[in-house]
Amino acid sequence: MLQVRHLSKVFFEQNDPRKPGLVALYDISLSVRKNEFVSLLGPSGCGKTTLIRIVAGLLPADRGEVLVNGKPVTSPGRERCMVFQQFGLLPWRTVLGNVEFGLEIEGVAREERREVSRKYLDLVGLKGFEDYYPHQISGGMQQRVGIARALSKKPDILLMDEPFGAVDAQTREQLQEELLKIWAKTDTTVIFVTHSIDESIYLSDRVVVMHSRPGCIKEEVVVDLPRPRWEGDIKADPRFAQLRARIRESLRA
Amino acid sequence: MALNALEQEALTALDLSRPRPLRLTDHLGLLRASSVVLFLILWEVFGRRVNPLFLSYPTAIANACAQLLASGEFQRQALGSLQVYAVGLGAALVLGIFLGLLMGRYRLAEYLLDPYVYALDATPRVALIPLLLLWFGLGAQAKIAVVFLSGIFPVLMNTFSGVRTVSSGLVDIGKAYGAGERQVFTKIILPAALPFIMAGVRLAVGRALIGIITAEMFTAVTGMGALLIRYSSAFATDKFFVPVIFLALLGVLLSVAVEALQKRLAPWKETERAL
Repeated sequence: MLQVRHLSKVFFEQNDPRKPGLVALYDISLSVRKNEFVSLLGPSGCGKTTLIRIVAGLLPADRGEVLVNGKPVTSPGRERCMVFQQFGLLPWRTVLGNVEFGLEIEGVAREERREVSRKYLDLVGLKGFEDYYPHQISGGMQQRVGIARALSKKPDILLMDEPFGAVDAQTREQLQEELLKIWAKTDTTVIFVTHSIDESIYLSDRVVVMHSRPGCIKEEVVVDLPRPRWEGDIKADPRFAQLRARIRESLRA
Repeated sequence: MALNALEQEALTALDLSRPRPLRLTDHLGLLRASSVVLFLILWEVFGRRVNPLFLSYPTAIANACAQLLASGEFQRQALGSLQVYAVGLGAALVLGIFLGLLMGRYRLAEYLLDPYVYALDATPRVALIPLLLLWFGLGAQAKIAVVFLSGIFPVLMNTFSGVRTVSSGLVDIGKAYGAGERQVFTKIILPAALPFIMAGVRLAVGRALIGIITAEMFTAVTGMGALLIRYSSAFATDKFFVPVIFLALLGVLLSVAVEALQKRLAPWKETERAL
């Protein structure tokens, strides 16, 4: 489904090719199966956001390539949709207008995109908030709008860049559970960037541990916990604790 | 949002409907109106004691106004001024927004145009009026040129900085959802810069009004500015105040209109305000 091959990215100071500032990614290879939920985990500056932005087609790589269904990625495409760290909503659009945005760009007729958008707003539990502006609703609700907007395009791959980093702890747990439920209902592949170990284990089939300077993949940890994970207290499971300890060790080393 | 049953109960228990002591801030509109009335009364009383060559008073001005309106002279001059104003300002807004967008978005346009823009903007417009009169004569063309030059820079500069402040994050959202350059421009840059553009329009509306009056005072042939010169040279102070008050009212009206437009075009900004 998704293949990343020998990907490297260097950032330069003031875009000056004589002043390399940071090797954000060095020789990253990764492959993700259809329907898989993969987390990219690592400290700040390990290049996880850079990696997801390259996969999204928002940033060109310096070496290597990204293949989606065998085709190289050079620009954003409708099969990949991004959910942003700071929600990425357009402040001049209402909740409904924001969800519609993706379909509008694609040229879907007004009536149809309204209908689809309402359906996805309903799915993320925001029915009745269509006419609010982003600043009038809470952070958790704003990110639900971001998720509804991404889902409305029925992407093959959902790219999530620390989507729950800017909401409070309780809302975060709630959103994680909702995400898993939505993911179970759709057949989407998810790439999820986070720096929370618990979040990555709770959500993923596989956790890709990265480290920084240069940004590269240290280890891939398969999470073989049963699903659905929202029933009972999976975080109290000894296997969860083992995975947590193992990943923490990997991050530290 | 509607209150739920528990909130309703809490509200009843709180009983916020108790009579409040009289507060001045509860009657702001009334206070403003009485202040204006008081000012007019004081002006009338003291204005009558001053030599009419130097100062007039409200009832005399009202009389003068009735006279001028009856002769049709005032309307004719006002219409002439407004036409020139509308044409000059219209052209300034269209070209100002266009160039501002272009310079804000494209480095090439910025580097090619900014020496002229900054130089012309820094030059006091009054300094250019004699030259413009030389080129275009005493008719409408010269005045349109002055209004245009007065109005274009505030809107151009504001549009430019509006486009410049659009964060790359917003542009990324557009790109991530597949927007091309044209869509990024119309669906991200333009709405994001709109509050800045409107602030520029508001400034331009005022500057252009100054522009038209200055130009007309120079030419002293037609328009509001010419009336000001004519009445003041004739020491007809009561008549002099008629165009002054007309211009003040016009300025206020335009400002209110632009504000209403701003609210309509950028409603998301409205609810973010602190006061």
